[in-house]
Amino acid sequence: MSLIHRYKSNGFNIVLDINSGCIHLVDEVTYEVLPYLEEGLGTEAIAEKLENKYNREDIETSVRECNKLKEDGMLFTKDVYENVIEEFSNNRQTVVKALCLHIAHDCNLACRYCFAEEGEYHGRRALMSYEVGKKALDFLIANSGSRKNLEVDFFGGEPLMNWQVVKDLVKYGREQEKLHNKKFRFTLTTNGVLLNDEVMEFCNKEMGNVVLSVDGRKEVHDYMRPFRKGAGSYDLIMPKFQKFAESRNQDKYYVRGTFTHHNLDFSKDVLHLADLGFKQISVEPVVAADTEEYAIREEDIPQIMEEYDTLAKEMIKREKEGKGFNFFHFMIDLTGGPCVYKRLSGCGSGTEYLAVTPWGDFYPCHQFVGEEQYLMGNVDEGITKPEIQKEFGGCNVYTKKDCKDCFARFYCSGGCAANAFHFQGDIKGNYEIGCELQRKRVECAIMIKAALACD
Amino acid sequence: MEHIKTLNTKNLQNTVKKGGCGECQTSCQSACKTSCTVGNQSCEQK
Repeated sequence: MSLIHRYKSNGFNIVLDINSGCIHLVDEVTYEVLPYLEEGLGTEAIAEKLENKYNREDIETSVRECNKLKEDGMLFTKDVYENVIEEFSNNRQTVVKALCLHIAHDCNLACRYCFAEEGEYHGRRALMSYEVGKKALDFLIANSGSRKNLEVDFFGGEPLMNWQVVKDLVKYGREQEKLHNKKFRFTLTTNGVLLNDEVMEFCNKEMGNVVLSVDGRKEVHDYMRPFRKGAGSYDLIMPKFQKFAESRNQDKYYVRGTFTHHNLDFSKDVLHLADLGFKQISVEPVVAADTEEYAIREEDIPQIMEEYDTLAKEMIKREKEGKGFNFFHFMIDLTGGPCVYKRLSGCGSGTEYLAVTPWGDFYPCHQFVGEEQYLMGNVDEGITKPEIQKEFGGCNVYTKKDCKDCFARFYCSGGCAANAFHFQGDIKGNYEIGCELQRKRVECAIMIKAALACD
Repeated sequence: MEHIKTLNTKNLQNTVKKGGCGECQTSCQSACKTSCTVGNQSCEQK
């Protein structure tokens, strides 16, 4: 398998040295030299292969430059991480550092694509009590070992349907963090229906991030995100979201949408949100069984790929005009970014990250809630099925057969366990459509950096 | 270099030694919830 990923995009010849993370922009001759070098051919043999297209001096200097990068550990770098990650996972103490609190299994919208089935998660409507929430926070503190930063997301259903409990739990968390030398980072995901000034003010004081669900253009949003009686929700929520984003100085929030088979031209939705003034935008492909009419299908992929290209080019243009915005899935940190351990072990579902139902049951993440074989404990007894924790802990890019040879493995870290489970019945499987789109997004993200660096 | 422009010199191998503190944000707590996007998270040790 190749140690580099080579692609052409928007006029750039881009080479990702997979295992070092180094990114090189190369000219045409080098683009063609690289595969031969990787095969082990010497300068003479490469010159013979390419001398009809390029002059000999160019071929020779190109080979010299490539060899220099190789000596410096920036090209054709070997994958040395497999043993490291195995040792690391065996020695690392299992701690819990993040909870997704299902504060309300109920919703005031009836979104067509909701994986929570209008908030009820294959179960009954329920609100989390303060007592259950408190026990969840106590569990988190007690099981977080030496981790200082603890994350709690108020999720649903729609968490504002149980707002008083959210506020009370934040208050309780703030009291406890002082006693235990921890720092809670609270976040809230909301559809905006019940959003008001009081909620905004509280969130601006206490929530490190808020996720505001909106799909983009009015007709797109209203079709997928109606009220239970069928009316659209765009007109109600949009002005509130705009106000909220401004009140947070256009930072520490995301407007987050989902695109489906019905709006494969989703770049227009992203740009619609940008035109309304939003600076932090995330719009993701729906994940749904192919029996659903709105599901993304194999044949949709070429159009989606083109949309990502269109969006990337427009983002470069706007950035240069001083009107730039962030698109979550094109964000890539080439100078810092996560360490290799984080990149190899993924999202932490089932180990560091758990979901808690309104009645206090634990699941590996919000997308497993209602899958009874993954019920792994509760706030009273703690983890009752450590074997589930172990199964998730053993998930990394080297234990997933489809990830080993993928150039994007250090960016998606093996992908979403829930998607793998839902599509292949195995958390170590993969969701091929998701993988293809992820690879494309990584390519676009790198290309944007290249375009801005070359200006 | 005439033929190659390198955008970054960060080498993932360097993070083997000092990485793994686990203080960084869980990816699904940011804006994912239906995918897994780790490459864009920030390191807390910066």
